[in-house]
Parts: sequence; C-alpha cells; structure tokens
Amino acid sequence: MKDFTVGNAGHLFVILSFVTALVATFSYLKMTLAHEAAEENHWKRLARGAFYVHGVAVVSVVACLFSIIYNHRFEYQYAWSHSSLALPVQYMISCFWEGQEGSFLLWMFWNAVLGIILTRTAGSKWEGPMLTVFALVQAFLTSMILGVVLGDVKIGSSPFLLLKESMPDAPVFTMNPNFVPSDGKGLNPLLQNYWMVIHPPTLFLGFALSLVPFAYCIAGLWRNQPLNWIRPAQPWMLVGAVVLGVGIMMGGYWAYETLNFGGYWNWDPVENAVYVPWLIMVAAMHTMLTAKRSSAGLKTAIILTVAQFIFILYSTFLSRSGILGNASVHSFTDLGLSGQLLVYLLAFVVIAVALMAVKWKLIPSDEQELSIYNKELWLFLGAIVLCLAGFQVISTTSIPVYNKVAELFGKASNLAMPTNQVAHYNKFQIWFFSVVAVLSGVGQYIWWRKAGKGNFNTLMTPLVLTLLISAAIIGFGEVKNPVYMVFLTASVFAMMANGAILLGVIQGNYRLSGGAVAHMGMALMLIGILFSSGYSKITSINNSGLMISKSEEFTKNDNKENKENVLLWLNQSERMDGYQLTYRGQRVEVRDMPGYVPRKAVEVIEGDFRGVAQEDLSANGKLYHKKGDTIALYPENVYYEVEYREPSGKIFSLYPRAQVNERMGTLASPDIRHKAGRDLYTFVSSVPDPNAETIWDKTETYSIAIRDTFFLNDYVAILDNVVKTNEVEGIDMKPSDVGVKAQVRVLYKDREVMMQPAFVIRDGAIASPADISDDLGVRLQLKTIDPKTGKFTFAANQTQRDYIVMKASEKPLINLLWIGTLVMVVGFIMAIVRRYRENGKMEGKAQKEDRKKTAISYQ
Amino acid sequence: MKLSHIIGIIVIAVAIGIVVTSYGDSSSYVTFGKALAMAKDGDEDMVHVVGKLKKDASGKAEGLFYQPQLDPNHFEFTLVDNENHVQKCVYNSPKPQDFDRSEQIVVIGAMQGDHFQTNKILLKCPSKYQDGKLEVTEHEAKTAQL
Repeated sequence: MKDFTVGNAGHLFVILSFVTALVATFSYLKMTLAHEAAEENHWKRLARGAFYVHGVAVVSVVACLFSIIYNHRFEYQYAWSHSSLALPVQYMISCFWEGQEGSFLLWMFWNAVLGIILTRTAGSKWEGPMLTVFALVQAFLTSMILGVVLGDVKIGSSPFLLLKESMPDAPVFTMNPNFVPSDGKGLNPLLQNYWMVIHPPTLFLGFALSLVPFAYCIAGLWRNQPLNWIRPAQPWMLVGAVVLGVGIMMGGYWAYETLNFGGYWNWDPVENAVYVPWLIMVAAMHTMLTAKRSSAGLKTAIILTVAQFIFILYSTFLSRSGILGNASVHSFTDLGLSGQLLVYLLAFVVIAVALMAVKWKLIPSDEQELSIYNKELWLFLGAIVLCLAGFQVISTTSIPVYNKVAELFGKASNLAMPTNQVAHYNKFQIWFFSVVAVLSGVGQYIWWRKAGKGNFNTLMTPLVLTLLISAAIIGFGEVKNPVYMVFLTASVFAMMANGAILLGVIQGNYRLSGGAVAHMGMALMLIGILFSSGYSKITSINNSGLMISKSEEFTKNDNKENKENVLLWLNQSERMDGYQLTYRGQRVEVRDMPGYVPRKAVEVIEGDFRGVAQEDLSANGKLYHKKGDTIALYPENVYYEVEYREPSGKIFSLYPRAQVNERMGTLASPDIRHKAGRDLYTFVSSVPDPNAETIWDKTETYSIAIRDTFFLNDYVAILDNVVKTNEVEGIDMKPSDVGVKAQVRVLYKDREVMMQPAFVIRDGAIASPADISDDLGVRLQLKTIDPKTGKFTFAANQTQRDYIVMKASEKPLINLLWIGTLVMVVGFIMAIVRRYRENGKMEGKAQKEDRKKTAISYQ
Repeated sequence: MKLSHIIGIIVIAVAIGIVVTSYGDSSSYVTFGKALAMAKDGDEDMVHVVGKLKKDASGKAEGLFYQPQLDPNHFEFTLVDNENHVQKCVYNSPKPQDFDRSEQIVVIGAMQGDHFQTNKILLKCPSKYQDGKLEVTEHEAKTAQL
C-alpha cells in the first residue's frame, strides 16, 4: 500500500490556506471598520495571526507539491503529467509551474510574501484596508486549487489528485487499482530551457506586485484619503512595472531562442494579455507623479491603478479560461475554471468601480485649467497615449470574447483575428510609440523647468542634434519607408533630449535622473526593434535556379519573395548571400559534454533518455566517454550541423534543432550566431522524419571487372581496384583470415566519393559487410568474386539522401533592444530608490508631527 | 474651449478610429464557396477556412504534394470544408511537420484562380499527451515583417 501522507497533507494545507484567507479577510475588514483602539487591536491580532498561518500554509502546499515532483511520485497526477525520471533538477522547478495549479500557487506565494512584508512596513493605518484586499485576493486564488465538488459545481482543481482519481475510467485502474506508472510524461521539452526556470516566477512576481498599488488605492478611497495613498504606493508601482517588464522580456528572449517564428514578439493573444497591463502600469506610474498638483492627474491615477490590476485579472481570464482556443498557440489547457475566473474578475471590477463611484466627490477639483506649460499636462498626455496603445491591443485581442458574448445573446458571430496580426498591431503601435518618444523628451524638459513659458528654445540643441543624427542614419542605413523615418527620428529625439537632461541633472544630483535613464533605455529599445524587425533580411532566398519545377507557380517571376527556404543535401555546399553553406549531418547532445556528437556515435535505448556510446566520445581534446558507456542524453532533440564559410574563409557552425515533441509534434528551434551589429538566425523548416528507419530500395546487382564503369544512384562509378586488407570495420581480423577491399570511385557533383566494401573469408565462410555512403544515399556490398572471369559482383541499394530545408535571416541591431532593456531597468531602479527614500523621509516627518501632536494633547 | 476638452475629443476620435480600423482588419471564418464568391467580386481580403484533409478509403491523406528536391517552397494539399467542398490549396513554404496527422486544419488566405493561396496554417493534431484534446500549432508562409 502506498503512503499518501504527502498528498493528503498538501490538500489539507490548501484547505487551511483557503480558510485562513477567509478569516484574515473578515478580521481585517472588522479591524478597518472598528471605532475603538481596543477593538481594532483585537481584530488586528486575529487578522495578522490568520494571515501568517495562511502564509505558512501556502509555503507548505508548495513544499508538498515539490516533494511529490522531486521524489517522482508518479501515482500523483501532477507529477505524472508534468515530470519524469529524465528531468534534471533545475527543470523539476519549471515543471512545478507548467500546470495551471502550480502557476496559481506561484502567484499565491508571491502575494503572501508581499502581504507579510506589508503587515510589517505599511503601518497600521494602511494595514487594515490593504490586507483586507490582499486576503480576499488570496481567498479567490486558493479557491482555484481547492478541488472541492459541491453538488454539480466543481470549485478549483487540486494539484494533489491521484492519477486514478483524475482518470477513474482508465482500463489500467480497473485491472489493477494499485497501478503506479513507472515514469511520468515529462515536462514539455520546449520548456526545458533556463529562461523557463526564471521567466514564470518573475512574471508572477510582477502580477503579485500589481496588487500592492491597487490595494493602496482601494485603502485610500476607503479611508476617505484619495490622495495620501499615492506616495507610499509609488515605489511599489515602479517595482511592479520593472519586474513585469523584465518578465515579459525574458519570455520574449525565450521565444527568440526557442520558437521559430523569427523573433521575440509575435503579438500572440497571450503575449498581448500581459503587455496591456504593463502599458497601463507605466501610464499609472506617470500620472501618480502629477496627482498631488492636478485633480485630473489624481483621477487618472486612481482609474489607471485600478485598471492595471483589473487587466492582470483579465489577462489571467483570457489565457486560462480556454476562451482563446483557436486564437492562441500557447494558452494553458482549460481546466474548467472559466466560471470561477470570471467571478474573480467581476468581483474586483464591481468592488473597485462601486468604491470609486461612492468616493469620487472627495477628490478636489482643480483651481487652474491645464496649460501646455504645465509639466502635469505632458505626463498626462504620455499616459493617455500609452493607454490608447493598450486599448488598441486589447480591443483586437478580445475578438474571441466578442464572439462568445454574441453567442450568449443567441447570435452567431464569425469574427476572426486579423490575418496578418503582426502588421495589424505594428501599424498602430509604431505611431503611438513615436508620440510617446517625443513626449518623453519634451516632458522631461518641462518637468525640470528647462523649458517653459517663452523658452522652448532650450529644446533647439537636442532637436538639431536629432535631425543631424537621424539624417545620417536614414542616409547610411538606407531607411526608405517614411513611417520608419518618423519613428526613427522620434526615437533619436527621445535619446538626445533625455541624454541632455541626464547630463544636466547629473551635475546637480544623479539620484534624480532615473526617469531620463529609463527613457533613454526605451529609445534604445525602439531603435533596436525598428532595425531588427523592420530590416530583418531573409538570407536564404532561393535564387540558385537549381530547383527545377515546371509549375507556373515557380516559373512566375514575381513569386520570388515566397522562396524563403533553401534545400541542402548532406555534405553538398550551396552558396547563400555571400556564405558557403554545407549541411554536415545530424547531431545529438550529451548531457555532461560540451558541444554535440554525431547521431550515429550514440545508440538511444528504446523508451529511455540514455544511450550507449558506439565510439569513444571526446571534446576539446578531453575524453568524456569510452565506447560502450551508458550516457544521459536529450534524445528528443536532433541538431543539424550547418557549416557557414564566410567570404573571408572563416568557418563557424550553427546547430538548429528539431524536436520530436510528444505533445506538440515535431518542432524546430533556431540557432543564432550573435555578432555585435547583427544576429544570424537559422532554423530548419523541413527535415526527413528524424526517427524514421532507413528504407532501402530493392537490390540491384552489377557484375563488373576492374576499371569498369557503372551507375550508382544516377552517378557515374568506377571500380578502380580491389586490394588486400588486414583491417575491416566491425570484424576482428585473425591472421588466418583473408580480406580484400574494393575501391569504387563515385563522381558526385563536383567531387569524388570513395566507397570501399570489404570481402572477408574465414575458414571457408564468407562475410561481406556493406559500405554505406550517406552523401550518396547508397549501400554497396561486394557479394562474390569470380577468379575465373575476373568479375566482381556488387549489390547496391539506394535510399533517400539526407537533407534539410532551412531558412536563415539577419536581425540587425537586435543587441540595442537587449541593451535598452538593461538601461531601462537601471533607470527604474534609480527611480525606485529615490521614491522609496522620499516616502521614508515623509513618513518620518509625519510620525514626528504625530508625536508632537500627542505631546501637545498630553500637556 | 478648454484644453482638457480638446484632449478629450481627440482621445475619443482616436479610440473610434482604432475600433473602426480593427474591425476592418479583422478577418472572418467562411467556407470555400464563400471565399470563391468573394474572389469573384474582386474582394482580396484574406479569410479563415476550417477544413479537413481529404482521405482515401484506407484513411490516408489524398492530394498532398511536396517534393523538396524540386521546390522546397511549394506544398499542395486538398481540403474538404464543412460544406463538403473539395479544394486544392497551395502553400509557398515547406510542408509543416505532422501535417498528415492533423485532425482539423484552419487555412488563412484567399482564392487565387483554381486554388486557395494559403498564407498561414493552423493545425490541430490529436494530442498524445491528453486524450480527446487537440493541440494547435501555427505555420506561416512568410516571415512576419514590422
């Protein structure tokens, strides 16, 4: 009998965390509503206690689930469907959040951590209302993994289900109720990548951080202090925006390295669903800066702070409810939680909107009308443009939702996503971000009072520099598209104006320059995006004229742009855009060895991740494994070595990958050559099935004499000679054995291939091992030797020669995107430090004043 | 007029512009018959068509043609849509892996002469991983440009 303690304990902790979240919600609510200090303290003790127990329970759930995965407890459904024996430890961590339940847990974990930090740091004025919101969010999230069935209603999906509970009708369990699978299905190999170890925690930390300013905002409205929440919430909003932004970029980098759509961003609905809340976060962050001095700014800050959290919930709903269905390739599998997710989303929409409506009149109105000399106006405009950019993305991404809503009203809607999504989104975003770039420059000047009423002249210097530099880039970079020219000029202007501010501000105090640095990072990113996407050049254009097809499709000249793939035969060079390209064969990756080894050097054990070395394996002069060793591999991955010879004669190899993915079919991943100015991106778009057995055609025999010519697989072959040999591969030659080797020269394209089938006589028995040429796709055997006639009989078989169809492109200046991201992060960190200190100082001041007041009242 | 009103009007105008353009850009799910009618009317918009592979008696897909040796960028296949309309389709890109295995295929493109010129293919393959569930993969003929 199996020990089910860990699963039962896990499930118990889930229930405990749910109950404590409810208790904490209720007691924090009572604490907030209390009128007397004693009552407040009483509820506070209970509430904190409940929330801390909740935190411990969540950590315990995580520990139980990880122990199930780590110890390969395949009787549990979660371990069975997401893990396997073959998985190295770092990927066991990723398989923790491959499933919906695990990723909910990750989110809950971060929320609990942040909640506990806030009980310590926010101060009791904020703790009550904020933690009420936190605990309520936690109650909703915990309910997603509760796994309780009430009548017909299923609440949540438990990660601690036993396999037999999750599929009770499977025949294997009717035969043997105690059946435990010996291995799991494993983590989707596509996700076996280091970015997938850190991308989800970062993203979910960003999700969790979006709750903090939201909770501050709700708390502020609740306590009738619609302005005071801004200052403490500000550093949190900055942290949230930078963490979520970094999380998104990590996902982008993973996609760039792993998927083959040719870039880092594909405007997939799941990507859009997190991009939009990020835009709103950044917009909210900017309006918060204006809230103290402008009523319009404060109102927008409140709306946007609420909106950024609501959009996180909406994005969760989109990617987890299954509503995207056809529209997205990488949403989660549907767990039947859509109703619950919708309740979660709507509950917070209703609470937030109702609270705003009730408290709206508390917000003071402006004494002065906005003017273009107000710095508030420029920040406000920037925020509005960011929101419009977000609105555009979400309005298209929600197309499946419109269809669903129409269906609810009994109408059939057959609206589909735009056919060219990338072009659709880009044509809007390029304009929005041109405007954002310009605003970021002008706004900084006005913010620092370098420009204002009557002296916009100070902007002349960056403007002139911008025009000079943009003109140079447009000229030398051959930018011909007018839209790109505008976008480029705007980005360069953002760079120049913010750079000028940075130089100006540094003289005073560099701590204040976070904004300028972050804006420069953005400008670099925009330029990187423009060149790497707008000027991505397909280098594998098939213009060799070698592909002979009579179909009109091919002979039509204007169809050239469709010929983006080239075919490479094994060991046969082709020219491509200045490079000499040769496909060198299939390779596999040995886990504890650098580089790759030829596929034939290892034989994979059926149904296992290990294989047996067929020869000594060494790399960089070091012997790693001897022939016959059992070695660990990633057998689902096959790498295709493509050798690039540059015009200068320099040679390098790229190893694009094909993965036989049990869940998703055969998938191609690129290999990228990183250079300072551009990346060379290569992937295989079609290959013969890497796991197919070689099929040999029917045998043809040739009986020929030395110097005779014959045809092998349509190539001219000449039997040069037959010589004595003492070494035959695969046979341990004894002194009494007699061995000969035929020397067949095949004229193959522009070179010659030697085939040397052997013939061995041992004690009257004959062995004739075949020689196989992968280049020719030919197997040749020396069958008989007739000394009387001097004729040799050969048996030949043909097969499909190995080839790849590949596609390559160049991504110029993509490094600017990554550098810009880092610069932006630095800018954010500078701003966070500044706002955090400022908040600390103000709190110190407020406390001193409080003490003074108390002292006065005691006198 | 106050500055804030002007901003408000501009924002509303842009938002309306976004909605209208997005609606114009959005595609629709149609049948091959409708796609043909659209092409005859001179409407060159690309559409989504849901179909299945044409199979022969033994369950093998019929009408597939891909010979990388001749042209790696030419793939022909035959789809049957929900109205049982049989249609030859051309895809100027290598044949997607696992194409034969797919249960349902969504093609995005437009009619062009005798064939449906396919720009993008969404495959739904039966998942070995979860019984009864389909996995979706996406294939695009041309590299997306900014």
